[in-house]
Amino acid sequence: MAESSSTETLAFTPLHALHLRLGARMAPFAGYDMPIQYPTGVMTEHLHTREKCGLFDVSHMGQAILEGPNAAARLETLVPGDIVSLAVGRTRYTQFLTPEGGIIDDLMVTRLPGDPERLFIVCNAARKDVDFALLREKLPDLTLDVFEDRALIAVQGPKAVDVVEGLIPGVQSLVFMQGGDFEWRDSPVFVTRSGYTGEDGYEISLPASQAETFAERLLSHPDCLPIGLGARDSLRLEAGLCLYGHDIDETTDPIEAALNWSISKRRRTEGGFPGAARIQKALAEAPARLRVGLTFEGRQPAREGVEIATPDGRVIGKITSGGFGPSLGAPCAMGYVAREFSAPGTEVAALVRGKALPARVAKTPFVPNRYHKG
Amino acid sequence: MATIRYTKDHEYIRVDGDIGTVGISDHAQHALGDVVFVELPAVGKKVAQGGEAAVVESVKAASEVYAPVAGEVLEVNGELEGAPAKVNEDPLGDGWFMKIRIADAAQLDGLMDEAAYAEFLKTLE
Repeated sequence: MAESSSTETLAFTPLHALHLRLGARMAPFAGYDMPIQYPTGVMTEHLHTREKCGLFDVSHMGQAILEGPNAAARLETLVPGDIVSLAVGRTRYTQFLTPEGGIIDDLMVTRLPGDPERLFIVCNAARKDVDFALLREKLPDLTLDVFEDRALIAVQGPKAVDVVEGLIPGVQSLVFMQGGDFEWRDSPVFVTRSGYTGEDGYEISLPASQAETFAERLLSHPDCLPIGLGARDSLRLEAGLCLYGHDIDETTDPIEAALNWSISKRRRTEGGFPGAARIQKALAEAPARLRVGLTFEGRQPAREGVEIATPDGRVIGKITSGGFGPSLGAPCAMGYVAREFSAPGTEVAALVRGKALPARVAKTPFVPNRYHKG
Repeated sequence: MATIRYTKDHEYIRVDGDIGTVGISDHAQHALGDVVFVELPAVGKKVAQGGEAAVVESVKAASEVYAPVAGEVLEVNGELEGAPAKVNEDPLGDGWFMKIRIADAAQLDGLMDEAAYAEFLKTLE
């Protein structure tokens, strides 16, 4: 993801002062001054999230409501996901695509109750300006209400349900990829049961003015620790989830990115989204390269940009995200390889600083998902 | 009596006669965070002053470790292979990286002693 230069003025989230009070190490990310880690450190933050629960400030992400007649059908002209069939209160993952089928951004869409149709959109911080400009340009018949004054707080981990239910009664009845309106201290909050860690958990959208008090209440629970972007990255990597600007971008399409599951049968057949021809062809013929997971024999991590080769040294692809998986207790990575090497179990090598590290194509997630599917 | 010298890149060398024990400072291990892997040089390798001698990997990133002075690698800390966290727990003790035979003791004069390094760290705050 594009990091802003230090000369640029950084934006603050509504939790900025709290991060500083908690002793976070801050760094620029997507134009915001964000917590990379807290004094506990990335390893502890990561393991604590999988064992109990963690609070993530994701207020830098884009939040908006797209509203108007046939909003779902209209949004489908920009994304390959099935939005029309999305029931009220249900959330779906999809991607904005270029006319060539490249990924402009990935996003979550939740259908809200109401007539005309209303869709709640959450997208990446570094791409939100591009996304919102695209929506305004291509869907001028709809109203786009961008939330500038709301925070977004993720609470993730097996204890998240207890911690959040304690403050917002009723959220325990949600299942994975379901959302609804709730109240906290008379303020309207919108809660979805979703996240970016592979764990059960929630994302809570609330007024910026309430965010710090709400976060402090969450953190007063002994099971809930603040988690920085460092552990957010290692958690999503173990969960096999793509990071925009690294694993997916405008040069990758959803099929080679192994996101086929996010495109329904109806949309594959009917098309009607940007790049439909390329994507239908990729589905019919299988793409030249595919995003895969990699596991390693040793402890040495192989990171973004490292070349992937056959055991005899022929380069067949490149790592797009990689590091050490604290819960896995070993390195893991994802990247693109030529299709003939994409079967799980295929022996490959990662070329790190002139050394070939033995690796194997592996299924993702590296650590089993624990979503609450009800 | 061993003396310790630091570089501006936060390596240290503990000097005992013509043998130097090299590692990273407490400041460096703290900045890196949890160390998960250390790539050490081959015994017998000749390292140049300021040349790459090792790589230390945290959950977040890989960082190069440069030789504080020129010399020949005599021994590496094999314990780090199974227990890289020693670099965080005891950077100046059990978390050492390598021992080198110092080629030119005069190169030590360009490095910082404990007090000078402490002053240097203050300028980074």
